[in-house]
Amino acid sequence: MSARCTVGSRHGWNLVCAHTRNLLPAPVMGTSKNAPHGIFRGGLILLLLLVAGPGWTAGGGDYLMHAEVDLSDRKSLQRGARTFVNYCLSCHSAALMRYNRLGRDLNISENVLKENFMFGTDKTGDTMTVALNRMEAEQYFGIVPPDLSVTARSRGANWLYTYLLTFYRDTSRPTGVNNLAFPDTAMPHVLWELQGWQEPVYREEIRKDGKVTRVIDHLEVVTKPQQKPAPYQDEPYEETVRDLVNFMVYLGEPIKLKRNTIGAWVIVYLLILLVIVYLLKREYWRDVK
Amino acid sequence: MWVKQLAALRDWVDARFPLSQLWNDHLARYYAPKNFNFWYFFGSLALLVLVLQIVTGIWLTMNYKPSAELAFASVEYIMRDVEWGWWIRYMHSTGASAFFIVIYLHMYRALLYGSYKRPRELLWIIGMLIYLTLMAEAFFGYLLPWGQMSYWGAQVIISLFGALPLVGDDLALWIRGDFVVSDVTLNRFFSLHVIAFPLVLCGLVGAHLIALHEVGSNNPDGIEIKDYKDANGVPLDGIPFHPYYTVKDIVGVVVFLIIFCAVVFFQPEMGGYFLEANNFIPADPLKTPEHIAPVWYFTPFYAILRAVPSQFGGVVAMGAATMLFFFLPWLDRSPVKSIRYRGWKYKTALALFTVSFLILGWLGLQAPTTLYTWMARFFTVVYFLFFLLMPFYTATDNDKPVPERLT
Repeated sequence: MSARCTVGSRHGWNLVCAHTRNLLPAPVMGTSKNAPHGIFRGGLILLLLLVAGPGWTAGGGDYLMHAEVDLSDRKSLQRGARTFVNYCLSCHSAALMRYNRLGRDLNISENVLKENFMFGTDKTGDTMTVALNRMEAEQYFGIVPPDLSVTARSRGANWLYTYLLTFYRDTSRPTGVNNLAFPDTAMPHVLWELQGWQEPVYREEIRKDGKVTRVIDHLEVVTKPQQKPAPYQDEPYEETVRDLVNFMVYLGEPIKLKRNTIGAWVIVYLLILLVIVYLLKREYWRDVK
Repeated sequence: MWVKQLAALRDWVDARFPLSQLWNDHLARYYAPKNFNFWYFFGSLALLVLVLQIVTGIWLTMNYKPSAELAFASVEYIMRDVEWGWWIRYMHSTGASAFFIVIYLHMYRALLYGSYKRPRELLWIIGMLIYLTLMAEAFFGYLLPWGQMSYWGAQVIISLFGALPLVGDDLALWIRGDFVVSDVTLNRFFSLHVIAFPLVLCGLVGAHLIALHEVGSNNPDGIEIKDYKDANGVPLDGIPFHPYYTVKDIVGVVVFLIIFCAVVFFQPEMGGYFLEANNFIPADPLKTPEHIAPVWYFTPFYAILRAVPSQFGGVVAMGAATMLFFFLPWLDRSPVKSIRYRGWKYKTALALFTVSFLILGWLGLQAPTTLYTWMARFFTVVYFLFFLLMPFYTATDNDKPVPERLT
């Protein structure tokens, strides 16, 4: 059992894939991407977050893990970009994003960009499109894989994080996998060679009408990856996904890297201006009786 | 030397155009009551936001493409590739919500101090027309990003017109220009949003100011300062708008900008209330989102719409909920304007109305449940009773004596 657990603290947070349900923290409710921070801080990131109430199978997406997004972590963004181009960009486009913007913002040189990030084009001013034919894609998956440029803004980072961590084997699905955050998703478990395969562990739950149903309690990694590809060998899967989600948050709004800093200066300027205009007002109003 | 030449230039202009006269009539010799409080910042702030929306709108229009094929991507092009485009876009999207916050507070001021009462009935009516125009302007603008919420929000609101008897379906078709919301709809909404309604808005704002400066501003005491004038005809309790209120309003403007910029730079989505998560998914006519809710500033009326069991009845109730404001000057029978001198009946009624409006606004954002629907029904009734019972409770209220001069 413990061999299946991954423990790491590269970013100051602990990863424990625990199977002890009574240690579970309260789940983050809803799908809001602005869910309160800190619920998980210093706590456990778990492969499963279930307390009483509707199970994962009831609708999915109700219980989200916390992605701990940190856009100031440039290295994480770079690693995330690498995973994104290696694994996502084969089917999904990010057609609203330009390669050179990526290079500029994440400190990736043009050569590295051309050699390791760009497969479909050699012009760094191009956007991150994909060669996959739409018609064929629809044949393969039943749906054209959506563009991922702003997905982090529509789904939220926590949803993406949960989605990528909760693929599990389900032989009834054409892809052989299902997902807890997105039941019956059309996407195969593309990152299987990094995570391995998970299977659900069920528990029995008594419904309101008195009938007993089986709901998924949590997921367990049953087949570990044999040999992870080169850069990922020493990296826990949760870290890889967290970097990827971090990158997708950046991808959704590149200016987010600088927006807060600019904003701080604007507010400082306005506060100084406020003092001046207030003194001006007080001076004029002195003679109003 | 320069002063002399400038004075000569001014005289030259004055002989041909009433420049000095306009300056004096509307600023330097427009006498405003000296006791304006917090609630009186929102008129000038509304003007500021209007200018902000027009200026940012002009720059957005330079890069936006009003076509179903390109609209969504062109907004992201503005967010990513246009220099400072993200800033312009966030100012515009935040400005839309800020406009409604400022206008709601501005209108609430009128409820507090009876600013709609004689002789300011027309001023109030023009203001209400501005509010309705603003709602239409916001509705048209919301379609332009062409996200899922834009699309389905427009679909739902236009279909409300379809609930009208006889002409309903044809009217909805006429508004859309197509059987569903489509490229045609987007194109005409763009035209209405950037030309037609801004023109109407500016015209009405001009009329609002002219009417205001004709009758003079009300104040927290609800007393006419023009009743007591000095030998020169200057109200004893009045001070020139410029420089006193210009310097005071600038303080209000800076405080407003601090809050506004905090949103623009730190929370442009405002937790999904100003920019909704679903609107980052491109419009898809074949995929209806699970939960469609209008933007927060429409939700009190949306809750009223849903509270009524029949769709036609709901549309009528929603229309009535906005239209009733027009009749306030005649529904209110109290001899007293300001809440400071009103009795317990109006104070209680206004408090209940305020609570109802806020709770209805919250309910309009939620997916309907049985409890919520009954809550919405209850507060809809309270909302309407505030207006419909007003002639009775204001006529019999135990109002306090009003002082002759400002306190």
